[in-house]
Amino acid sequence: MYEQLTNILVQLLSHVVGVFFNNLIPQVGVGGSVETLESVPWDYVAFGLVVLAALGIIFGIALAIVAARFVVKVDPKVEQVRETLPGANCGACGFAGCMGYAEAVVGNPDVAVSMCAPGKSAVAGKIADITGKKAEKVDPKIARVFCQGGTSLSQRKFIYTGVQDCTAAVLAAGGDKSCEYGCLGYATCMRACPFDAITMSADNLPQINPEKCTACGKCVAACPKQVIELGLMSKAVVISCHSRDKGIDVKKKCQVGCIACGICVRTCPVDAIKVDNNLARIDHAKCIVCGLCVKKCPTNAIRDYIPVRPKAYIDPSVCVGIDVCEKVCPVSAISGEVRSVHVVNQEKCIGCRMCESRCPKKAIKMVEASSTGAVKKPAKAQEPVSV
Amino acid sequence: MWEHVVTIFIASALINNFVFSRYLGLCIFFGVTKRMETAVGMSFTFTAVMLIGAALNWVIYEYVMIPYHLGFLKIVIFIGVVAAFVQAADTIMKKVTPALYYKLGIYLALIVTNCIILAVPLINAEEHYSLFESMALALGSGLGFSLALIIMASIREKLELADVPRSFQGLPISFVLTGLIALAFLGFSGMITL
Repeated sequence: MYEQLTNILVQLLSHVVGVFFNNLIPQVGVGGSVETLESVPWDYVAFGLVVLAALGIIFGIALAIVAARFVVKVDPKVEQVRETLPGANCGACGFAGCMGYAEAVVGNPDVAVSMCAPGKSAVAGKIADITGKKAEKVDPKIARVFCQGGTSLSQRKFIYTGVQDCTAAVLAAGGDKSCEYGCLGYATCMRACPFDAITMSADNLPQINPEKCTACGKCVAACPKQVIELGLMSKAVVISCHSRDKGIDVKKKCQVGCIACGICVRTCPVDAIKVDNNLARIDHAKCIVCGLCVKKCPTNAIRDYIPVRPKAYIDPSVCVGIDVCEKVCPVSAISGEVRSVHVVNQEKCIGCRMCESRCPKKAIKMVEASSTGAVKKPAKAQEPVSV
Repeated sequence: MWEHVVTIFIASALINNFVFSRYLGLCIFFGVTKRMETAVGMSFTFTAVMLIGAALNWVIYEYVMIPYHLGFLKIVIFIGVVAAFVQAADTIMKKVTPALYYKLGIYLALIVTNCIILAVPLINAEEHYSLFESMALALGSGLGFSLALIIMASIREKLELADVPRSFQGLPISFVLTGLIALAFLGFSGMITL
């Protein structure tokens, strides 16, 4: 019965297939063991179809049974967290990809929610919502470029015409720039950045977009001169130079290099700057980001990443003329007699916030200067924009 | 007959080692040999899949494909059988040993289309081996591949500490190493003449 059925099926199939295709395909073999035959053996083809279909059905049913029998329940939170994560699999969290972090943060109570560098605090907040953990405030990191000597401000040793890539240029006697610590400007970091956060300025220096930078560290690894470092976003005053040459040599090679003159060391109100090996470095644990050193540096090697600093404003209704602010102001921007209301000279004020904390009456507020230079009333206490 | 089985086993493990003398299966070979742990796990998985896959394929070839003259469908059917079996193994492993699954999960998917897994049943079919001979070839190939993985993993773990020129770091130096080991394996040829 079964054999008859198979025979009928095979004959039917071979007939149908034969009628359809015999005119289309030339009467030769189709490869494999049948290639020696002179015509296409349609019953073989039909058998093949039947066997393949049968195998397909058997495997399909078997897999369905296995899938149903060995079903694994996944914590839905893991899937939610994974969807929240950016999915760059950058490894900045220290786990193997986004899935690894999602599982760890859901499964392990000790894993913090703020470890995703590209996701920043927005993602940390969402993960905290999903897992029920507490989101602590994170101070995000950002890539900082430690060189300001673009093409117009620095000297070249020779003219480099090779492959336009820093890793290639560095092979030719350490690159064409006279300063061996400086940025070569062939945009290897820009190409390495997975988030398009780096653009090259007209002066061939990389510029980091703080909105896009996730501090993943790809540019740090890509730069053959180690010009890029990761720093805290809040520590916005940076000595933008890596040159350990003597001051006189730096002068010859670059107009904006650190010449280790030590003026910043003497200027710093909190002793955060040290000159070591012909290079001034800021101890960011001590730095209060006052920006005084930026103003005093003779070569403009120190960079302030805060675009517009808020200026001090003394509330005349609170000020009783204690005079501490006048003494503490490093730029003599505050004037006024003792026991009378003091005034801040907005032209001179550099927004260092030294006076703000010293006023016992808390009469000093930091106010963002408007574009016209006039000072707005302190309607609300505004945090300085740190960029 | 047993002599022949032993010969096939030794020949497939050493003389015709799939990695070092036929240069097959390199994707997994370079993928999992970064760490000894994954290499050992992969060796077990691979040998097991190889044995079971070869047995299944032998049965189907001998009892379905030869009687119905379907030799020309070898590649399609062998791949299909291995794919179905590996998919089932994948699902079962996920439930039974999740740790091993997360280590080897992505490589299990690679096993499906691995050329060694396909080569073994193809050779079995071509040579018309008996079940025992097929098993010997599968076991020999599996163990030979495991040997290759473990040799390579142990060298690559040491290589992490070596002072390799920057342009050679990673995959390039691994290929150079594989070539050198292949030269050493050339010493086995002529040990047995089939």
